[in-house]
Amino acid sequence: MTKEGVMKTIDYSLYYGDFKALNGITVNIPINRITAIIGPSGCGKSSLIRSFNRMNDLMSNSRTEGTILVDGEDIYSQDVVRLRKKVGMVFQRPNPFPKSIFANVAYGPRIHGIRDKSKLAAIVENSIRDAALWDEVKDDLGKSAFSLSGGQQQRLCIARALAVEPEVILMDEPASALDPVATLKIEELMEKLKRKYTIVIVTHNMQQAARVSDFTAFLLTDSERAGNLIEFGPTIEMFTNPVDNRTEDYISGRFG
Amino acid sequence: MRKNKKRFDTAMKYSLLFAALASILIVLMIGFFTFREALPAFRDIGLGKLLTESVWRPGQGQYGILAMIIGSGLVTAGAVILGVPLALGCAIFLSEIARPNLRAIVKPCIELLAGIPSVVYGLFGMVIIVPIVRGIDVPGNTGFGLLSASIVLAVMILPTITSVAEHAIRSVPKEFREGSLAMGATKWETIQKVIIPGARSGIISAIVLGLGRALGETIAMIMVIGNSVIIPATSTGNPLSIFLSRARTLTGNIAVEINYATGLHESALFATGVILFVLIMIVNSSARYLMSRGSLGKNC
Repeated sequence: MTKEGVMKTIDYSLYYGDFKALNGITVNIPINRITAIIGPSGCGKSSLIRSFNRMNDLMSNSRTEGTILVDGEDIYSQDVVRLRKKVGMVFQRPNPFPKSIFANVAYGPRIHGIRDKSKLAAIVENSIRDAALWDEVKDDLGKSAFSLSGGQQQRLCIARALAVEPEVILMDEPASALDPVATLKIEELMEKLKRKYTIVIVTHNMQQAARVSDFTAFLLTDSERAGNLIEFGPTIEMFTNPVDNRTEDYISGRFG
Repeated sequence: MRKNKKRFDTAMKYSLLFAALASILIVLMIGFFTFREALPAFRDIGLGKLLTESVWRPGQGQYGILAMIIGSGLVTAGAVILGVPLALGCAIFLSEIARPNLRAIVKPCIELLAGIPSVVYGLFGMVIIVPIVRGIDVPGNTGFGLLSASIVLAVMILPTITSVAEHAIRSVPKEFREGSLAMGATKWETIQKVIIPGARSGIISAIVLGLGRALGETIAMIMVIGNSVIIPATSTGNPLSIFLSRARTLTGNIAVEINYATGLHESALFATGVILFVLIMIVNSSARYLMSRGSLGKNC
């Protein structure tokens, strides 16, 4: 059933100082599928997704145990710049840079050394097309990214992530700051993107997880407030016939 | 009871309004009285002659402040050229690179610089900077002059620019930083391409605040700039040697002569003050214009 994962964690634990945020997580993220990470607030969803591209490194007191493999290689034995090029990220709140629409999407290719103007223009157009934003912005590429609506900004951020040709896209609650219409657009876009990319999404919205994801990982805190992986499996099975009682309680809305 | 509270609210509102009005009134009064004292000079000498004549000999009725305008301009430019890179370097280091414990040492040190009285900076300049500058082997170089003054002034504007620019850089949302790093940008690329452009308006206002401070500085300048009323000139073939020339600032001109000036001479000094006032206003409003125009960086 499960294909060989492009990313996997093996007995991975994460600490912030003395606080253990994630406890011994072992999970296989299937390639070209959408994997949702769900669980109540504070269960470590964001900490887990931010582990895959080493964003937790920014916290000076963070420390890890265990292994995360991307393309079969330990993320701590590969260059972080190369890792983040391979594993792109879209954040909870749209965070376009204070630059033009064009410059936002061209940012990644530029820092990775592409100078040729026509090449950049082609990358920008393709990325914005893939993010289903082209028709809305094609005449305004020189305008500030802040002139776009929230939903458009988030799709611009997706285009920006696509522009460096990642293999994986991490989405940390990408629609939580958006209205239902903009959310729907993002979800449709994800469905399209999974043909080319492996997608991991953190969401607190269980309907969203059920709608968009192929696989679901359910996290819950233990008595020490560390996040544990309770259950992982195909979304349909998990939502119709969960193995663990706690998953059933959470999905049926008994807590969280 | 309730009525009393309401009355108290109203009283507070008006006393605060009064405080706000008082500051406006003070500015207007300073402007008005300075201008009134300067009026005879504007009338009898004329603004054109004041600004364009290079000879200042109050005893013989010659009142040209061009030399002082150039002196102030050059020393300020020198201070900005020397001080801004240093200050921005400090600001970037403190906000993006220094670990909290190092920051806790460096930041108070820089803030301490702001608390040193300017006369002490003048002493420092006379005792340390001037002798070093005197070592440059150029005919007529005494050490007193634009270069020494620029160095002293650069140190004086350092804390202002550093703390305002640092604040601007720190208030760039962390989402920009994360967005850039998540694209595989290095720390330096992130600073250069996202954080500094994001903090641009704050950095500009920091530089302008420093510029205003530099234009207004008086006593430290008097102590190191040499105070000769001459238009600074090069002494060798090298254009940079202009900075070894002695000069006088607009502020220095007023402070040095006001104690014994009478009549038209006194009025001409007030006119110097008015011109300084206008100059600083132009600097501030052009900065405000740049800031309002460029905060979103159209083509960056």
